[in-house]
Amino acid sequence: MQYAILCYHDEDVVWSWSQEEDKAVMDRIAVVSEGLTKAGKLGTSLRLLPTTAATTLRKTQDPPLVIDGPFAETKEQLLGFYLIDVEDLEGALSVARELAAANPGGAYEIRPVAVFNPDRRGTAAA
Amino acid sequence: MSDTAWIDAALTAARPQALGALLRYFRDLDTAEEAFQDACLRALKTWPVNGPPRDPRAWLIMVGRNAALDGVRRRTRQTELPPEEAISDLEDTEAALAERLDGSHYRDDILRLLFICCHPDLPDTQQIALALRIVCGLTVPQIAKAFLVGEAAMEQRITRAKAKVAQANVPYGVPSAVERSERLAAVAAMIYLVFNAGYSAGNNPARGEFCGEAIRLARLLLRLFQTEPEIMGLTALMLLQHARADARFDENGEIVLLDDQDRARWDGKLIAEGLALIDKAIRGQRPGPYQVQAAIAAVHTRAARAEDTDWAGIDGLYAVLERMQPSPVVTLNRAVAVAKVNGPAEALAMIEPLADRLGNYFHFHGARGAFLLQLGRAHEAHTAFDQAIALAGTPAEAAHIRMHLDRLVRENAGK
Repeated sequence: MQYAILCYHDEDVVWSWSQEEDKAVMDRIAVVSEGLTKAGKLGTSLRLLPTTAATTLRKTQDPPLVIDGPFAETKEQLLGFYLIDVEDLEGALSVARELAAANPGGAYEIRPVAVFNPDRRGTAAA
Repeated sequence: MSDTAWIDAALTAARPQALGALLRYFRDLDTAEEAFQDACLRALKTWPVNGPPRDPRAWLIMVGRNAALDGVRRRTRQTELPPEEAISDLEDTEAALAERLDGSHYRDDILRLLFICCHPDLPDTQQIALALRIVCGLTVPQIAKAFLVGEAAMEQRITRAKAKVAQANVPYGVPSAVERSERLAAVAAMIYLVFNAGYSAGNNPARGEFCGEAIRLARLLLRLFQTEPEIMGLTALMLLQHARADARFDENGEIVLLDDQDRARWDGKLIAEGLALIDKAIRGQRPGPYQVQAAIAAVHTRAARAEDTDWAGIDGLYAVLERMQPSPVVTLNRAVAVAKVNGPAEALAMIEPLADRLGNYFHFHGARGAFLLQLGRAHEAHTAFDQAIALAGTPAEAAHIRMHLDRLVRENAGK
């Protein structure tokens, strides 16, 4: 069974960490991740940039509405996510619009990725 | 993370909002600061035992408020009752406090707290010191060290600045839309002052921290005003400039120019955030000076190598900035781009008329010397570099120009 673990924290606090504190946390996570990778349990993991860098595509209307800022409603729940590789925000919005046409309703929050750790399950075992 | 480290981080993060709410409540900066200080001391005692509260900001506001009210009550037994306006509501309940905390209230609280540091009568350095002390919670010794002054002198400076703020009519009401946007502009300028105080300090690490603090304040402001393109622009500008911090100085502490920097040492995370923000800002089609400056920084960042830089694009952006915010310094910066696109002769012609206004500006003589040097006018270049050294603000600036001079002397000797 595959599970997604979603990380929540107060970003005021996390982005107030000093470089040393941030690195200390990341180093500890790296140790845990290494063990999990070797055990074949860890897929892709990533760290997102702060919500201030987010843009939201509201797709309850046609055409969808672009809103500055993160997804802020509480009536809807997180149901899934896509990881995409594009040139810039315009590229990301165009992908999101394409997806929205296939699946209207709700919203997509578009958030740049800060740190990307690819799935190494295949390579670590070899 | 140890107990104290996570509590410190939580207290630092909560400070602007908690202090802002306490200031609105008590309408007196000293009382609000004491109340917050009391709450922090209690947090250090109880949080390691009970774990962190669900909402540290609400906890700190509640505990700080109660501690300060206790103090007021104790004092009132000995003296007369406090004036009613000093304490707006003694019977305030937790529910009422929660209501006060939500939505626009705390947005204006934080904006007010930042805004009082931008009092127009305060010189730049006092605005910076006040913001770092009050909003960021840096200690007086930390700030004194950064400004290379004694602690007593800095303490006195901050006290004077606070007195001036207290005398001014601090606006406690809910601001109108126009007032809010004026406050936002003043606060943005102040945050950029804090950043530049750090950025211009060369490799003085105590001042370097200012850059991180300014970015933290800008992110905070942006979270409160998510659709303001100039706040996005300001944040992006600082992120993109700060991303180059590690590459700006060599191991001897000497300046490494943008063209010569090792781009692998630029901070990719800060760049990604800066680019995401400037992309977002530009989409809004409400350009402003911070956005244009961030866009210029973004052009540099997007070039994989220095020689890939889109100098024509940078020239065009500086032309936009010149129209928005005419200033000889902007023209000087534009001339550097013009030199790359159209050659040093045109760049030199552009800056010669600025001599009257920029005669005391280090970078003017530095750039002029560089253009003259490229034109083969070594003798005049030498004079310009001498003038630049005399005006250098930091040892690193002087050392950088001296490097040009040494090269000149070497080349002349070789002839």
